[in-house]
Amino acid sequence: MKEKGWKEIPLGGLILEAGNAEKYATGGWRTYRPVRDEKKCNDCLLCWVYCPDSSIIVEEAKIKGFDYEHCKGCGICSAQCPKDAIEMVEETKFVLQEKGEQ
Amino acid sequence: MGKIVGLTGDETAAEAMRQINPDVLAAYPITPQTEIVQNFSQFVANGVVSTEMIRVESEHSAMSACIGAAASGARAMTATSANGLALMWEICYIAASYRLPIVMPLVNRALSGPINIHCDHSDSMGARDSGWIQLYSENCQEIYDNLIQAIRIAEDKEVLLPVMVTLDGFIISHAMERVEILEDEKVTEFIGEYKNPYSLLDVDNPVTWGPLDLYDYYFEHKRQQIEAIEKAGEVIQRVGKEFKEISGRSYELMENYRLEGADLVIVAAGSTAGTVKAVVNQLREEGVKAGLLKIRAFRPFPVREVSQALKNAKAVAILDRSVSFGAEGGPIFLEIRSALFEEAKRVPVVNYIYGLGGRDIGIDEIKAVYKNLERIAQTKKIEKLVGYLGLRE
Ligand code: SF4
Ligand code: SF4
Repeated sequence: MKEKGWKEIPLGGLILEAGNAEKYATGGWRTYRPVRDEKKCNDCLLCWVYCPDSSIIVEEAKIKGFDYEHCKGCGICSAQCPKDAIEMVEETKFVLQEKGEQ
Repeated sequence: MGKIVGLTGDETAAEAMRQINPDVLAAYPITPQTEIVQNFSQFVANGVVSTEMIRVESEHSAMSACIGAAASGARAMTATSANGLALMWEICYIAASYRLPIVMPLVNRALSGPINIHCDHSDSMGARDSGWIQLYSENCQEIYDNLIQAIRIAEDKEVLLPVMVTLDGFIISHAMERVEILEDEKVTEFIGEYKNPYSLLDVDNPVTWGPLDLYDYYFEHKRQQIEAIEKAGEVIQRVGKEFKEISGRSYELMENYRLEGADLVIVAAGSTAGTVKAVVNQLREEGVKAGLLKIRAFRPFPVREVSQALKNAKAVAILDRSVSFGAEGGPIFLEIRSALFEEAKRVPVVNYIYGLGGRDIGIDEIKAVYKNLERIAQTKKIEKLVGYLGLRE
């Protein structure tokens, strides 16, 4: 979401649209990224139940992945997973990968 | 026709509030504000106002209740003094940043400690950066006039900020003066109706008040507040002119009292301005070119108007009824000295801290200040930048 200037936003910090938290990306707060091993996962959905940020994407009772725009990297999913299928990987690793520095 | 009555400052504030007839009044008693709320609660008991009066357990709650009320679309008021304002502190900032046009008479009183119940401006000056508009009143009439105008200023679409109208504790709050009161209908018509475009109670158009605002937008919201309080300067002037049409009394951001051709100028806010006027009149009769610049709006501070008014003076003394500990001079002094920095010609300016904890200031002290200004104008030398008026060594 492109950040707006001071003339474009509602006064007093008001949010005029109900339920728009989804449009506000907060994934940037994350220092660890949950990464799921599909082979270990049995789609028990426990991670989905426990995630405090509704960041486990489920389609037709199957885990599709993570909503990295909103996942804060708290690690709860990883701690709850009975199959040990979610590994918490440091974000710096991905940043370096993107830069091609490994 | 309106009427002319004898009222104390607190009674005057209550009378203005009766005519304003706010939807909500949430307040906690504190000397010397108590009589405002006491008188107003009598109006509530007698059914002459339709205000919902909330008896809260502290000033922190008083301001919080005002915020809730104003956010729901109600016109909300409170009143306080000194430590009461200090207890409201964090909520005062919230009222301003939520852009809620709450109007509050503040009966100026020294902040503890040592505990003291008498007048100085340490309470309002401490709140100068809270985002509230501040209007200082010289006498009972100005309390009345300022409060009625404050509603219009606060609720102006370009402003939407809370306003505190100050009156000097005991000196004005408990002294009886002649006050001209307008007809009720005239006031009702002048202030109009408060319409908050985003009411908490408007369930068809739900909005979120008070969400977390981090490094990505907080700064932008502060910039909006800066814009609003700057705009308030024009609005205060416009409302002042409109008020003249119904009252015959006009108001500016400040009052120039016999400033034309004045060489020696005192700047003051609050009741002391009245005493200075008496001295100015005496000195003018003696041929001394004395004048007074009375600060009405301290926030927003009328920088250009002030430097315009003072730039031709030969010597200026700024009277501050509060201390900014560790700063070189009181808050009004710092503001004015900075404003004058833009002027090509250097005007000699000195500061006097006076009247702390209700210490009286009389004709003689003010005459001594003009004497010192005369000396400075002649010698072009400032011996003491910051002095203390009426203090025992
Ligand atoms: S790390 Fe936390 S926020 Fe992210 S998906 Fe797992 S439980 Fe949700
Ligand atoms: S808790 Fe583990 S096993 Fe269960 S769905 Fe989530 S990742 Fe898969």
